[in-house]
Amino acid sequence: MARNKEALVLVIDVGPSMHSVLPEIEKVCSLLIQKKLVFSRYDEVGFVLFGTADTKNELKEEIGGYEHVTVLRNIKVVDEDLVDALQKLPRGSVPGDCILYNYWVVIVQTSSVVKHAILVQVTVLLDAIVVGTDMLIKFGRTNKAKRRLCLITNAVSRIKDPFEGTKEDQVNTIATQMTAQGIKMDCVIVRMKQDRETNRSIMEENDFLMSVFSNKSSSKVVYVESPTSLLGALRTRNISPVTIYRGDLEISAQLKIKVWVYKKTSEEKFPTLKKYSERTPTTDKFGAHDIKVEYENKIIEDPNKVVPPEQRIKGFQYGPQVVPISSAELEAVKFKPEKSVKLLGFTDSSNIMRHYYLKDVNIFIAEPGNKNAILALSALARAMKEMNKVAIVRCVWRQGQGNVVVGVLTPNVSDKDNTPDSFYFNILPFAEDVRDFQFPSFSNLPSSMQPNEKQQDAADKLVQMLDLAPPGKQEVLSPDFTPNPVLERYYRYLNLKSKHPDAAVPPLDETLRKITEPDVELLSQNKSIIEELRRSFELKDNPKLKKSARRIKERPSGSDEEIEEFNKDADVKAIDSMEYSAKTEVEKVGDVNPVKDFEDMLSRRDNPKWISKAIQDMKNRIFDLVENSCDGDTFHKALQCLVALRKGCILEQEPKQFNDFLCHLSKFCQEKDLRSFCLYLTSHEITLITKAEAPDSEISEHEARSFMVKPELDSQNMKSEAKAEDDIMSIYLGGK
Amino acid sequence: MSMDLDPDEVFRDDEDDPENEFFKERDNTKEFLVYLVDASPKMFSSTCPTDDEKIATHFQVAVSSIAQSLRTQIINRSYDEVSICFFNTRGKKNLQDLSGVYVFNVREREDLDRPTARLIKEFDQIEERFEKEIGSKYGIVPGSRDNSLYNALWVAQALLRKGSAKTADKRILLLTNEDDPFGNLKGVIKVDMMRTTMQRAKDAQDLGITIELLPLSRPDDEFNVSLFYADLLGLEGDDLAQFKALIGERFEDLNDQLRKRMFKKRRVRRLRLVIFNGLSIELNTYALIRPTNPGTITWLDSMTNLPLKTERTFICADTGAIVQEPLKRFQSYKNENVIFSADELSEVKRVSTGHLRLLGFKPLSCLKDYHNLKPATFVFPSDEEVVGSTCLFVALQRSMLRLKRFAVAFYGNLSHPQLVALVAQDEVMTPSGQVEPPGMHLIYLPYSDDIRHVEELHTDPNSVPHATDDQIKKASALVRRIDLKDFSVWQFANPALQRHYAVLQALALDEDEMPEIKDETLPDEEGMARPGIVKALEEFKLSVYGESYKDEDSNIEGKAEPTRKRKANAIKEYGNYEWADLADNGKLKDMTVVELKYYLGAHDLPVSGKKEALISRILTHMGK
Repeated sequence: MARNKEALVLVIDVGPSMHSVLPEIEKVCSLLIQKKLVFSRYDEVGFVLFGTADTKNELKEEIGGYEHVTVLRNIKVVDEDLVDALQKLPRGSVPGDCILYNYWVVIVQTSSVVKHAILVQVTVLLDAIVVGTDMLIKFGRTNKAKRRLCLITNAVSRIKDPFEGTKEDQVNTIATQMTAQGIKMDCVIVRMKQDRETNRSIMEENDFLMSVFSNKSSSKVVYVESPTSLLGALRTRNISPVTIYRGDLEISAQLKIKVWVYKKTSEEKFPTLKKYSERTPTTDKFGAHDIKVEYENKIIEDPNKVVPPEQRIKGFQYGPQVVPISSAELEAVKFKPEKSVKLLGFTDSSNIMRHYYLKDVNIFIAEPGNKNAILALSALARAMKEMNKVAIVRCVWRQGQGNVVVGVLTPNVSDKDNTPDSFYFNILPFAEDVRDFQFPSFSNLPSSMQPNEKQQDAADKLVQMLDLAPPGKQEVLSPDFTPNPVLERYYRYLNLKSKHPDAAVPPLDETLRKITEPDVELLSQNKSIIEELRRSFELKDNPKLKKSARRIKERPSGSDEEIEEFNKDADVKAIDSMEYSAKTEVEKVGDVNPVKDFEDMLSRRDNPKWISKAIQDMKNRIFDLVENSCDGDTFHKALQCLVALRKGCILEQEPKQFNDFLCHLSKFCQEKDLRSFCLYLTSHEITLITKAEAPDSEISEHEARSFMVKPELDSQNMKSEAKAEDDIMSIYLGGK
Repeated sequence: MSMDLDPDEVFRDDEDDPENEFFKERDNTKEFLVYLVDASPKMFSSTCPTDDEKIATHFQVAVSSIAQSLRTQIINRSYDEVSICFFNTRGKKNLQDLSGVYVFNVREREDLDRPTARLIKEFDQIEERFEKEIGSKYGIVPGSRDNSLYNALWVAQALLRKGSAKTADKRILLLTNEDDPFGNLKGVIKVDMMRTTMQRAKDAQDLGITIELLPLSRPDDEFNVSLFYADLLGLEGDDLAQFKALIGERFEDLNDQLRKRMFKKRRVRRLRLVIFNGLSIELNTYALIRPTNPGTITWLDSMTNLPLKTERTFICADTGAIVQEPLKRFQSYKNENVIFSADELSEVKRVSTGHLRLLGFKPLSCLKDYHNLKPATFVFPSDEEVVGSTCLFVALQRSMLRLKRFAVAFYGNLSHPQLVALVAQDEVMTPSGQVEPPGMHLIYLPYSDDIRHVEELHTDPNSVPHATDDQIKKASALVRRIDLKDFSVWQFANPALQRHYAVLQALALDEDEMPEIKDETLPDEEGMARPGIVKALEEFKLSVYGESYKDEDSNIEGKAEPTRKRKANAIKEYGNYEWADLADNGKLKDMTVVELKYYLGAHDLPVSGKKEALISRILTHMGK
């Protein structure tokens, strides 16, 4: 435990220009603390804000200065209060460039303690770093832990010239001090769109100063340009990497290079939750609610006979036979390669296709401190990169490992002086792992399946313009800066539930939705290209398809299963089988001409089920149209469908079906930010079906009108319907 | 379907191997397969070259391809059932007692059954035994009403009567080199026999049996499918053109070709790629590359060899009461238990629909070598449900290839929602057929949470050395020398698996001798000893290490030091014990591990392992 203990100081810029991203910073910092609460409860955290109006820090008390730097919390063991505090960061009022304090002289005169050497005169940004570093240094005197400083700022404010020497000198001094103390620093520099428009020369200077940090100390500086990548940029969980192999990379029997191999990627899994026992009496306050699982092995043919674990033997399936092999036997006959990593040869990188990479990735780095090994790997990596070659290696990581892996080394040439060149290692498949399925050549496809010139052109434009890595801007959704939305959501929910045990899962927040859904801004920038693509390709449901039950539909999240459920309904099955025999008749409301399909289905009299299916299909269709609309492009069609549905429901004396549907469609639109559709409906005077139109309706003329005026459904008016309202989907799916 | 709301999946613990389902191909149906092998004299007289530059008869090629696929099948899909049936034979063996048809089988096995170790073993010897036991003879000759092809189809159909077509895929794979089986007949008899044979085939197809033709042809004598088989198989239009295109390829390696085509493509699932709202296309996914495992383990009782089942009992730790499988889970957080229901957890994981949503495109250079977590999945378009999908897919694939860009999409699969890269794949053809099918590969991308920053551990503020131009030049020379020209990833068999299966087969047949398996993955030492390579190696070594290269060096300070100290200490302490006495009196087990290591350290023995291992190592070293 202690070995991996970490002391962390978060240094956060809360100046005015940071206010817009502070919500995201609050989220990522509290997630970091939450993960510590779950995975490393003995880690200690302090946090410092700068750009605040107030000042509160030890250095100010000891030697003065350091204004507008507030130590919100000294370094201590993580606790729940910290999560709450980080979720309510105070907004500062002081930009980072307005203060000039000069304590250099004071420092020089009093510097009997090491820390004072780093007290250089700079603006608050560096002041804040100094305060944070100072906290870590003081902490380090009495505690053994890895010490890290984490800085989040936009670094757009001017850092003033020091009293003595240059700014670069000052940064050098701090960096040297950090290195001497073994303190690491992670800097996340947030540059949103508006920041990029501010003074270029200031930013360039600041960026240069930050690069000095990263070159001269164990600091990492990353730049992020979106809230989503901010969430991904800060390492929220510290996993100390362990080597999976230390030893020779055997180029040949005569030349062996000492390497260490680590995991480069490894999936962070959803946390394993414990099974909860509800049997623990409520009076037992200290009850653990744990559940023990006991395993018993019984002979299948004779379930009364329990076999103790040591009396078991492994059986391997070979055709219909199960071949028993004892562990001793298995040990005696199994494949036993020697621990080693051997080069098989080099080959053109084009021989190894990207999709052959089989698992998570390792990294080969030369043994630290071994200059020759570092040089040897560096020479090979650079030569291979130049020549577009990769190396094929055979690896047995541990003695006693029962298999070998063959994999590919690809060069990872470092562009930084302080980082050695290395190799990424990916496992390749064996002959047994490859299925040789044959697929038709695209050039042999019938001409109807081959895109024509116009279509190809439309596709080209889309591929070119729907660009996630535009030149001059940061790559959007780079894996290195994209957090796992499920984990983010889980930990936030965990924290919420710890306070409100009955809280429902909140919807996925805006920043995380950027990972799962296309960027609205990017789409609207390319509207004409999208429209062109839409026009160029005709997509329609296969008319010959006999079963619609297995159709995958586009639905708002959460409804797929219910559709499935609905479709499995016996009634629908009956309809499906009818469909099969009556091919010429309209069987469903299609995409192309929904209104006609709907009317045709209503007019079928061979089975009354068609009516409910038609209404149901039409509801689905309308939902699709509204949900999938892009700037209202489908609203007109949806309106037509709605008018047809309304007419049909009056004719078929099903006013409730329509009224329920309209209410919930309206509610759905309110919730999903599709208010424009409600307005559209209002402007086209779509109303609920009234008593006058259909005797079964419970809606008066007045109610129908007020619904139109006030799209937000008034529960008073709709009291009779209220019972079904709690579940939008059940209504939308036509639950009767 | 795309979303299986399985509460167990939501609750699945890590130890249950969450990726199990992913790695296994989806097998909802089993397959019943009849190999219908032409054994006419023409199959023995036609030859083709093989990959080891020998000449093989068509019969040999057919039989060895089947043998190979039986081996694959017994490991990967052993619940599929198979039958091997020769036609145009002298002898006959089939339930209907029809002439010219011989169903090959072994003891303890039905004619259509799962492959067994014995079947594989005896089928391996079929070539030697064929002439004696079965014999080859033309079954359709002038002046006789015998129709061996008709009989063969009838026998195959009868074999496949087992099981329902709903739960099993039924296939007949016809291997022949005769494109005109009724060519030597004339007149009414010919027409009549062709008609009845086609009717037979149609009957079989109407029963849900697929008939596939694997023609064996020679470069100079192409198999003309239009003569007869196009009608028999019901091929027309595009299908026929495609079929012709396939056999028209100049296959150098017939064996390879047959093996590839014996596999039936299995779709993993059907997906929708949402290009943007209101526009989506249909895709099928295929698992072209998945690690093969040694197969499932069934636990047996070692006394009786009877299979065991494991029963779980859930016990409340606080009260000791036996409970039903609990439906809630909890996580300790801030000193309390936060409880989750299955629904809540599945809601947390539901961050998108079950579809693939296109997010945009990036240049291929953005896809780094470390952006990988698990095997890729192949996607191929389908017009089955949405007509027009293929056309749009092909257009996108071509654009992406030409512009060297890949698509980023979000795959909202419930058990594992993930960002993915869709990398366009152009078709790659070689003389032996299609090596890479055209389509796209879906590559599962890591999140920032999954990427480790190992390089940072190795940074040095005082800057680390990088190779000089001369060193790079020497390395280039070396790289050029040790070049694997025609390297392909599937050239190595997995030695561990091969050994495992060989052992299983030997044990299954009660054989005493364990087969030797060649490890193909070892480096080519002979090749490495060639003077050109040795010279390049020496020059590279000299440029990097100077004259000081030492093998087995551990000459780095700080690393060697403790080892040396430990050893010195061990030697010092070693003298304090009467090791021989301790060993003789069985006292070693009373000593601490630290003490035992004194002995091992002093004798340069490995000090790893558990206490028992250390003791046995010491005893072995003493020769006791």
